Amino acid sequence: MNSKQYVARSSEIAARRLGDEMMIMSARDSTLFTLNPVATAIWEGADGSTPLDQIVERRICTAFEVEHDVALRDAEALAERLAEHGILLLSDAPFTRPERESK
Amino acid sequence: MPGLATGAERFDVGIAIGGLPIRICLNDAEFLRVLQERYAGFVTSPSGAKFEFEIDLAPPGLISEDEDVRVRLDSGRWCLDRGDFHAEWNASAARGRIRQTANPYSIDAVLRIVHTLLLAEEGGFLVHAASAVRNGRAFLFAGVSGAGKTTISRLAPEDAVLLTDEISYVRKQEGGYSAFGTPFTGELAKLGENIQAPIAALYLLAQGSENRIDPVRGTEAIRALLSNILFFAEDAELVRLVFEAACEFAGRVPVYRLTFLPDARVWEMIS
Repeated sequence: MNSKQYVARSSEIAARRLGDEMMIMSARDSTLFTLNPVATAIWEGADGSTPLDQIVERRICTAFEVEHDVALRDAEALAERLAEHGILLLSDAPFTRPERESK
Repeated sequence: MPGLATGAERFDVGIAIGGLPIRICLNDAEFLRVLQERYAGFVTSPSGAKFEFEIDLAPPGLISEDEDVRVRLDSGRWCLDRGDFHAEWNASAARGRIRQTANPYSIDAVLRIVHTLLLAEEGGFLVHAASAVRNGRAFLFAGVSGAGKTTISRLAPEDAVLLTDEISYVRKQEGGYSAFGTPFTGELAKLGENIQAPIAALYLLAQGSENRIDPVRGTEAIRALLSNILFFAEDAELVRLVFEAACEFAGRVPVYRLTFLPDARVWEMIS
């Protein structure tokens, strides 16, 4: 994955933050996910218009004291896993709102 | 011509579970008696029912080949299917129709599904849990088959009133959550008492070598609750409602893991 990936939260989910963790349920297949604090930070930054590398820089590197390259590699892997379950959307370009809401 | 009318005689019965009366209409007096016996304690006047179902009895045999339960929303109408029944329900019109053979299991399944849909709209749910009222408060004991729901029900002391040994009925009400008795029975085959009480706690059952209670919080409590909630519909909005209901419940009602030996002393810890 190149670093200019954009990530957006799917509209087909239900989510709730509990402390520093996030519970997400896929409305498509009822699969349940619990995100740890790092994954939660990425999830919350996935607004569809901020590139993933900027999310990592702003929300992960300082807060969790992780090097950018390492954090980005982990974030890309996480994003791909969540995308496989349809709860996160990936794109090479920023998302438009109608595009996100249709998925 | 007067006297030659051949319209079949119609019967009806009201079945009130969780305080929600449903009117069942049918044209078979024998099956009416079956329903009245099956839901004894939950039979009510049909006139006050908020919802109505017409039963269309089919000859013995399968209604369809699909043995799995399918519940889907199609143009504003819920379609409920299993091998032994096909039902359609227009929730906004509060009317539905069930095609099934003359056995109580089919309508039992339909009622469970309909109640899960009704409850989801108001933040409640049906959950795989025994429940009982003691000292005016309800206690739920959740678990999959074999976890001990029937055992904990059998061990209940005389001052505990059993609401169900299999499926608990949870409604969100002003001030908290209440559990209602249900006619949905497990191995005990004993209908619950048709009463309600505010829920004091949810216990996740685990059989072990000692009696102990451990708090379960946060995501673990929600995950455990969700795994026990009855949910059938292939509908994204319903999934959201059930998820929200589980989160709300686990945030307001204490959840514990109850490890227990199969003897009556476990109830000394429940009060």
